[in-house]
Amino acid sequence: MSANISELKEELTSLISAANDLDTLEAARVQALGKKGRITGLMKTLGGMDPEERKTTGQALNVLKDEIAALIEGQERALKKQEMEQRLASETLDVSLSPRPETKGKIHPISQTMEELQSIFASMGFSLAEGPDIEDDWHNFTALNFPPGHPAREMHDTFYLPDDPDEQGEAAKKLLRTHTSTVQIRAMQEQGVPIKIIVMGRTYRSDYDITHTPMFHQCEGLIIDKDIHMGHLKGCLMDFVRAYFEVEDLPIQFRPSYFPFTEPSAEMDIGCSRKGGGLKIGHGDDWLEILGCGMVHPNVIKNCGFDPDEYQGFAFGMGVERIAMLKYGIPDLRTFFESDNRWLSHYGFDPLDRPNRATG
Amino acid sequence: MKFTLGWLKEHLDTDASLEEITDKLTALGLELEGVENPAEKFAPFKVTYVESAEKHPDADRLKVCIVDTGSEKLQVVCGAPNAKAGMKGIFAPAGSYVPGTDMVLKKGVIRGQESNGMLVSEREMGLSDEHEGIIELPEDTEIGTAFADIFGMDDPVIDIAVTPNRADCAGVRGIARDLAAGGLGTLKPLDTTPVKGNYKSSVGIKITAKEQCPLFLGRMVKGVKNGQSPTWMQERLKAVGLRPISALVDITNYMSIDLCRPLHVYDVAKLKGDIDVRLSKAGESFEALNDKSYTLSDGMTAIMDESGVLGLGGIVGGVSTGCTEETTDVLIECAYFDPYAIAKTGRALQIESDARYRFERGVDPAFTIKAMEIATRLVMDICGGEASEVVQAGEVPDFTREIDFDPAYTKKLSGMDVAEKRQTEILESLGFTVKAGKVTPPTWRGDVAMDGSNGKADLVEEIIRVEGYDKLEAIPVRSDHAISTSAETLNAKRMRKTRTALAARGLSECVTWSFMPKKLAAYFGSNDNALTLTNPISSDLDQMRPSILGNLIQAAGGNAAKGLGYSYLFEVGPVFTSSKVDGQLSIAAGIRTGSAGPRHWSGAEVHRAIDIYDAKADAFAALEAAGAPTGNLQTARSAPDYFHPGRSATLSLGKNVLAQFGEIHPAILEEMDIKGPVCGFEVFLDNIPAGKTKGPARKLLEMSQFQPVNRDFAFIVDEMLEVDTLVRAIKGVERNLITDVSVFDVYQGKGVEEGKKSVALNVVLQPTKQTLTDAEIESISTKIIDIAASKVGATLRA
Repeated sequence: MSANISELKEELTSLISAANDLDTLEAARVQALGKKGRITGLMKTLGGMDPEERKTTGQALNVLKDEIAALIEGQERALKKQEMEQRLASETLDVSLSPRPETKGKIHPISQTMEELQSIFASMGFSLAEGPDIEDDWHNFTALNFPPGHPAREMHDTFYLPDDPDEQGEAAKKLLRTHTSTVQIRAMQEQGVPIKIIVMGRTYRSDYDITHTPMFHQCEGLIIDKDIHMGHLKGCLMDFVRAYFEVEDLPIQFRPSYFPFTEPSAEMDIGCSRKGGGLKIGHGDDWLEILGCGMVHPNVIKNCGFDPDEYQGFAFGMGVERIAMLKYGIPDLRTFFESDNRWLSHYGFDPLDRPNRATG
Repeated sequence: MKFTLGWLKEHLDTDASLEEITDKLTALGLELEGVENPAEKFAPFKVTYVESAEKHPDADRLKVCIVDTGSEKLQVVCGAPNAKAGMKGIFAPAGSYVPGTDMVLKKGVIRGQESNGMLVSEREMGLSDEHEGIIELPEDTEIGTAFADIFGMDDPVIDIAVTPNRADCAGVRGIARDLAAGGLGTLKPLDTTPVKGNYKSSVGIKITAKEQCPLFLGRMVKGVKNGQSPTWMQERLKAVGLRPISALVDITNYMSIDLCRPLHVYDVAKLKGDIDVRLSKAGESFEALNDKSYTLSDGMTAIMDESGVLGLGGIVGGVSTGCTEETTDVLIECAYFDPYAIAKTGRALQIESDARYRFERGVDPAFTIKAMEIATRLVMDICGGEASEVVQAGEVPDFTREIDFDPAYTKKLSGMDVAEKRQTEILESLGFTVKAGKVTPPTWRGDVAMDGSNGKADLVEEIIRVEGYDKLEAIPVRSDHAISTSAETLNAKRMRKTRTALAARGLSECVTWSFMPKKLAAYFGSNDNALTLTNPISSDLDQMRPSILGNLIQAAGGNAAKGLGYSYLFEVGPVFTSSKVDGQLSIAAGIRTGSAGPRHWSGAEVHRAIDIYDAKADAFAALEAAGAPTGNLQTARSAPDYFHPGRSATLSLGKNVLAQFGEIHPAILEEMDIKGPVCGFEVFLDNIPAGKTKGPARKLLEMSQFQPVNRDFAFIVDEMLEVDTLVRAIKGVERNLITDVSVFDVYQGKGVEEGKKSVALNVVLQPTKQTLTDAEIESISTKIIDIAASKVGATLRA
């Protein structure tokens, strides 16, 4: 019997190791260990044996059964591994091919800059105010202390619209606002004083050349309170330009200037260097004009219905495109409005990375 | 405003350097625009001695000269007929820039003869048009002397920007006065001694328009010789860009720049009768000295005689009585004209002149009489002649006003500490009179306290600008505490969030004009004349836009024309429905053109054509970002006619339209010459209801612990049925249980009857209390099928 067993072992072992796929291996398993399998068949003969023989044969058969089972298991692992390798080899892809394209949108530099301005001034306690693009003569000029016929009105090449038949006098004379200062008037009248606002939006002047476009954007600031003086104006703007241009010790300079709606008036320059052709903002041997400002003219405060002997404050205004061009190195103003796909994609900003004072 | 350093020193006694002066000008508010020293430009050109001048061996008209520059002897080929041995001329060496020809000289060989530079003519030096021969200098001129020294071109030209309020600084003397106040020297006295008149003028003067011309002085000078003005005057005028004309005309121009005192001169022989200053009548016309003729309208300040209009007072004179070389008797006009009247006429006729520039900013009225004396003296000194008595019509207008002087206010408004004594000193140095707590501005400072204000702030400006803005202390206005509410307005918040959402969806933000061509605006719903600019910059930009879409489509067209492919663009900005304040709307609009993406190896879906469902998704993204209740919106086929009628819709809450989307009407694209399809949307941000203030906390999330059940249905419906009707009907079957109904297939064609379509839907049943039994699921399925049949006539697909 033991000779039979060792013969069987040899036979089954060669059967299993010859199985080179899982189906053949399964057939071998059935042949060896299935209900009608060879080992199972021998097990069934144990009943007709004498106790001594049954014991030794039984033990030998059990050993054989375990050995064959282990053999099958090992062979199965090897075959599965081989099969996986074959599958992987057949599934190879060209990793150099391009992924499916996704179009990426950008935020326009004007919007980006205005959000930056909003974030800086909000951190100083300014809140946003708004007003219409189509204004009237009173809000755009007269209330801001431009006397009728005054040559300063001519500095603003104004676009006009037909008169509004429902209104009289200066309120009927419709125009496109030439500056955001109109909102100083509207906000003071609507919100009263004290007031601390910034205004951003579209402004219009009839001028179109390499450095002027008929539409552009301004940012305006206004504080009216009882004890705000010109030193606060200088401090506020110094903080602003340093935050905006990200230059901690950016030098600034105030120069006397003239605007009908401020007195005293000033223009502010920031330090720069023009060495080597390029413009670099920061310490340098030169100055760059950046904005106009001043103490709100007593007449303007009066025109809004408040007493200029009690209330005083400052206002400033700057061109959004200009400061965007300076910060981001955009060379041509006119390109802002051309909607060229290449320009938008190059100078535009990631919509998922919006300006805020915490992250800079 | 241009002037030379030498001219300035005529009025200012100073030791200050050019740089100190230019720095101080800016510090005082007279912003330096530039300094040009002609001596630098002319540095290479020096006096040279022509040692020999022989005929060129191979050219009849040329000469070969040897010139002695003092340091070397060079050969030069010269074509000038007056070039001769022994003369002195101006030599331009090779490598120098010749201003008259705008060229850099090169060493060369002319017909075989070496030439190392050039002997120059006046024209080549930019001195005059003289080009007959080269410049010849007196024999005793020293070799090597700089050209600029000889021709008085060593005087730096300073250019400053004068703000419209500072009429007084439109004259060199005013600038000198400011510099003296600023501590850079002292103002020299001005000789205004009257010139005695020996006879009565034969020209009478009358003012009819007293409001527009309060004062008019006239004075005759008989027996003048109107030749060229003296060299010093010509040089100064040329240095600031004025062309010398004749002595009399040059004197008026000189006084205008020197003392901010425009004058006019008439040839007495050409005057017919007396002068009357009156308002013009429409249709009157004259030939002006600027070589143009003007037809006047009613109410312009005209200088008249019996022949008609002679000129426009304070703006431009006329040809008919202009002074020429033949003039022997001259009438000098020195008048004061009202700034507003000048500005109005100047603007109406678009005449820019030095006189208008000064009068409309306001010249010194009190200086009129003194100026007449100075002008008379200049005329007599230069042209000779005999002066008449001055004829005066009208009176010197008196604008005297007093300002309460409160030295403490300077600190209050500026934050700057300036001692009271110093404040007074500054004001007095600028010509203000300070007396007993009152300040009287000088007559030349029409900008101070003339606008109805009490003038206190004007005084502060005068004091601190002289003291120096650099002394202003910078004090931060940072907020004392973190802000507790948003610094944004609701509108700004919506615009910002919408912008971010649309850009994140792959659209790029544009900023386009608020105007568009009127014709284009008409396609997009407006040709309202109230929104047509009366003075557009071009006919392409003449109408306030009724929609952003037209501009975006044009932009996409521009990109396509440049070969930049398809465009996915949006803009968040205003459109205009009327010129009133509430006629401006905030809109988010966007378009997509062509394909959703490029052709791609991975499959055709990447390159699929864009369609209205892209635009619909954009509209929903924008609405959601702006806070609209997107779940409750009704879709209706009521979009405006610039959309394709069968491929567009509005999204609304009741009657309130929040958005519209669709394919742009192909006929409009054809008109605009744009290749379609273009799909777009518009979201009306103002129409979105303001969300209820529920605070930042979210509604509690309830999550069922039971598995949802998915069931698919395929219905056959009429092909015109809007599938959303079916979806809504099914959702209504069991609102608490059916949490989602989605369409995953719409099919027409083989296997589906003509005029019908097959719609396949997935219905999600979400139990909340217990797992659904087969019987319950079956029952709901039956209900769904019944409702689909009864509401929209759907039958289950076999």
